[in-house]
Amino acid sequence: MLKDVTLGQFLPGNSPVHRLDPRAKILFLIAVIVYIFITSNYFSLAVVGVFIILIMLLTGISVKLYLKSIKMILFIVLFTGIINLFYGRGEPLVQFGFLTITEAGINNAIFVAVRIALLIIASSVLTFTTSPTDLTDAIERLLKPLTIFHVKVHEIAMMMTIALRFVPTLLEETDKIMSAQKARGADMESGGLAKRVKAIVPVLIPLFVSAFRRAYELATAMECRCYQGGTGRTRMKSLHFGRVDFVSLLVCLIILAGVILCNVFLPAAVR
Amino acid sequence: MNVIETEDLSFVYGKGTPFEKVANDKLNIQIKQGEFIGIIGHTGSGKSTLVQMLNGLIKPTSGVVRLNGVDIWQVPKEIRKVRFNVGLVFQYPEYQLFEETVAKDIAFGPKNMGLDDEEIKRRINTSARFTGLKPELLSKSPFDLSGGEKRRAAIAGVIAMDPDVLILDEPTAGLDPAGRDVLLAQISQYHKERKNTVLLVSHSMEDIAKIADRILVMNNGRAAMFDETQKIFSRGDELEKMGLRVPQITKIMSMLRDRGYSLPSGVLTVEQAANELQVLLDKQ
Repeated sequence: MLKDVTLGQFLPGNSPVHRLDPRAKILFLIAVIVYIFITSNYFSLAVVGVFIILIMLLTGISVKLYLKSIKMILFIVLFTGIINLFYGRGEPLVQFGFLTITEAGINNAIFVAVRIALLIIASSVLTFTTSPTDLTDAIERLLKPLTIFHVKVHEIAMMMTIALRFVPTLLEETDKIMSAQKARGADMESGGLAKRVKAIVPVLIPLFVSAFRRAYELATAMECRCYQGGTGRTRMKSLHFGRVDFVSLLVCLIILAGVILCNVFLPAAVR
Repeated sequence: MNVIETEDLSFVYGKGTPFEKVANDKLNIQIKQGEFIGIIGHTGSGKSTLVQMLNGLIKPTSGVVRLNGVDIWQVPKEIRKVRFNVGLVFQYPEYQLFEETVAKDIAFGPKNMGLDDEEIKRRINTSARFTGLKPELLSKSPFDLSGGEKRRAAIAGVIAMDPDVLILDEPTAGLDPAGRDVLLAQISQYHKERKNTVLLVSHSMEDIAKIADRILVMNNGRAAMFDETQKIFSRGDELEKMGLRVPQITKIMSMLRDRGYSLPSGVLTVEQAANELQVLLDKQ
């Protein structure tokens, strides 16, 4: 049941996207997010949309899994879409009481919904194709300049790595404890809110106990190997910016140019 | 009368994802009321998935599990009743303890069954007796117990539901040798007194050889063998191909046989072996 969570999962593979330098991937994701939000008409939105979908197909991961991640936040997409429907200025097309739908409102709703969906796909591309360790490694490198301001970048990255590393472990543990309590007749699927909250206690207590136990064990294991933080540490895998990364950088810039051109030269939708 | 019966029981993990894995493939098993079944198989052979399907924690991808002749998923809403009838003790069950006192924790199952306080109290006491928990431990916090005592408390929590079928997934893992022997003896005593069906999953061939009537050998999600204990352990070569082995004493006896001593095959325990050797020595 908990294993159905696809958001943030890493799916090993050997596509060009998988091979991209993780630092580049993070920067590209940021760039794509900026693109999504600077689009001001359907043409530029289409440019970004097609770009993201092409990259999604390039990862070689089944489209079903991307749809599954969108499905998880479908409620948010629909909710914000519908709210935006009623927030447009101009001539009302339809009117129910105090609610009016205008052409601008429809445009807003479509824009918001498509933007959120694209955001999810783009970030899923990053998490699906990058292992958690690569990801935190890349974040550590990207944040390195902050050490000048005495930010403990290595420690932050280490905490992130550990946190990410233990997400699946804790999920598995939760699943196990839930099964064990269900085997003793715990009823977690039915009943009102109060009953369900109460039903969670037999899962939470053992989970916390074992999380603390794991934390102590991990700390001891790290100390046994003389772990002492970031200074003077070398890496097993060093990242390097290769040709694929430069090519993708180029593509990214072309898309940016496309978005800007569409924004400037083609008519903007009524907002 | 078959208490548990499976028909083409299959389970596939992560269907439709790159991680798809067949855990159980068309299992057909019949277990009679009152039997003591041992389940062996190396890691990943599908034992845990099988036992979870037997008590309705996992819904089979295809196939049927019948408990006393009735498909357990016939009325999905009533699945909790199946779980009360087929008690499952997971691996390392001590991690599921959560209540303030051991007695309250043991009472969790019976309470979920909706029993009255008097009956619950009675069950706490009998299950504590079966698992050898001292009465003074019942009022302690489960987190203050030793490892072995925690294990007993957790097993008592399942026995307290008084299930027709008790399934134990490696109950002795991580216990010291003395603790293992005592726990096994208690399980076997419980089986004798209650006359119910017990399924024991274990990696220890010695343990299984000592107490099981029949053994189910799992390999790659299939039931590779399912036969009487003695017959299974006289097929040592086949077991070794599946990454399993026979009890050491069985191995020694079969090696002696290979050297021409007239000894029976499928000797399971040290006592039995000692007797056989005594007979042989007396003859000479």
